[in-house]
Amino acid sequence: MGEGMLSFFGVVKKRFNGSNNDDDNRETVKCPRCQSLVFLQKYEELHRVCPNCNYHGRLSTPERIEITFDEGSFRELDSDMISKNPIDFPDYSEKQQELRKSTGLNDAVVTGTATIRGIEVVAGIMDSRYMMGSMGSVVGEKITRAFEYATENKLPVILFTASGGARMQEGIVSLMQMAKTSGAVKLHSDSGGLYITVLTDPTTGGVTASFASLGDVIIAEPKVLIGFAGRRVIESTIRQRLPEDFQLAEFMQEHGFVDMIADRKKMRSTLYHLLKIHGYGED
Amino acid sequence: MDEKKTAWERLQLVHTKGRPTIRDYIPLIFSEFYEMHGDRLYGDDKAIIGGVAVLDGIPVTVIAQVKGRDINENKNCNFAMPHPEGYRKALRLAKQAEKFHRPVICFIDTPGAFCGIAAEERGQGEAIAKNIAEFMTLRTPVISVVLGEGGSGGALALGVCDELAMLENAQYSVVSPRGFASILWKDASREQEACNIMKITAEDMLRLGVAETVIKEPLGGAHNDLDKISENIKEYLSLKIREKLQKDIDELLKERYTKFRKIGEFTNLSDFE
Repeated sequence: MGEGMLSFFGVVKKRFNGSNNDDDNRETVKCPRCQSLVFLQKYEELHRVCPNCNYHGRLSTPERIEITFDEGSFRELDSDMISKNPIDFPDYSEKQQELRKSTGLNDAVVTGTATIRGIEVVAGIMDSRYMMGSMGSVVGEKITRAFEYATENKLPVILFTASGGARMQEGIVSLMQMAKTSGAVKLHSDSGGLYITVLTDPTTGGVTASFASLGDVIIAEPKVLIGFAGRRVIESTIRQRLPEDFQLAEFMQEHGFVDMIADRKKMRSTLYHLLKIHGYGED
Repeated sequence: MDEKKTAWERLQLVHTKGRPTIRDYIPLIFSEFYEMHGDRLYGDDKAIIGGVAVLDGIPVTVIAQVKGRDINENKNCNFAMPHPEGYRKALRLAKQAEKFHRPVICFIDTPGAFCGIAAEERGQGEAIAKNIAEFMTLRTPVISVVLGEGGSGGALALGVCDELAMLENAQYSVVSPRGFASILWKDASREQEACNIMKITAEDMLRLGVAETVIKEPLGGAHNDLDKISENIKEYLSLKIREKLQKDIDELLKERYTKFRKIGEFTNLSDFE
């Protein structure tokens, strides 16, 4: 859990010969799937989708909110919650303080209510920039509260997952968040609520082994990494290189664990229609 | 408890050749045991065994991770590292227990769920997630006991219960100490250091609200007196199963949810800075 996540679109500052006057437009990024170089500007215009292979790159939470929900509709829940240091792990508190500053996030998930073409939902967006989206006390508590809120208010839940798994620095306490969140998902499900999971890059480890795999509908973005064990762990167990497409969304769909793969530009409309079909937004 | 031992020393004890496994315990704890095989979907995973048994006159369902006592047994049971079909067998038997109002007893003893190609292809993550969610609302008492190692989601898949007991030297962790060192420091050889800072002992589990009971081991470890340790486990289980059977099931489920619901340490930024 928590490793093998080296697939960011790394920024490669590549200046083309003799044209230093508009560097900004010529900054390129390398796609971790097809390795092609793409102009950063183009990549950002496409909301971080590779124009060559359609790999869907990692979005920040504000970007995700902007492209998914009705403008200005997102109301954050528990925005102020931060983690303590349950197993007194060395330097954990300091590291979090730094990350809060550099990312503007208080932990690896933002939860809230929002609307999609007028339909109210409870939403959660995980952000891999914060300790690789790992789940500790705060991620566990916020997701649990989001489901409890949804159950109480008879709302559907949409989660965008992105995580390296359980947060090592919180030890067994982070493992228990898998039980806590899954329990809340189960009660929401038993009450008849719809839960849509959108698996984004990467969704692995303890998050795959808990709430990410429990959606009534499981959608994945193209070419994102989805799995339980990290690639490096498996390679060291079996002592051979894994095929390139191993654990990608398409592979997981082929093996029966993903309902549909949906492009980012169609996500809002896909979610809207699924909500409608499940009877939400009818009154 | 012999509190002087470090987590690392306890891990060595758990890895001692001759440490009793579930196959040693079953005949001493239960008066009858009929093993049931397979998940009825794919196959029969030898890393998890299950079946119906009788505990002190009470019919129960037993689900257990199996460590080998020698290399051949270990090859057969894949060193207690289950594939998805093992977890699916566990869930099938748990559902069967629910139908017949039998309490479920889970014995945890695994370094973790198996990490391999086939396990991924058959949905290791989904299998574990489903067990966790389904055990949370399983309408029959569930008691889990960690016998040796309880590693990662692979252990938690049998660990959603009304009460959890740890054998005195057993450990429960987010990932094995070796895995922890490898993930965090990219250096598996720092296993001992990881072990001692991860907070994985029975005592840590009591303090963190993960376990309710520590079952005392004979001096020097469980292997020194199999009859005694089996008796201690049996006594604990008989007491707990009777206690839970007397409870209203809805009340029991509420308490089970709350047991996990309250684990986690957080605060508000405004109170902190």
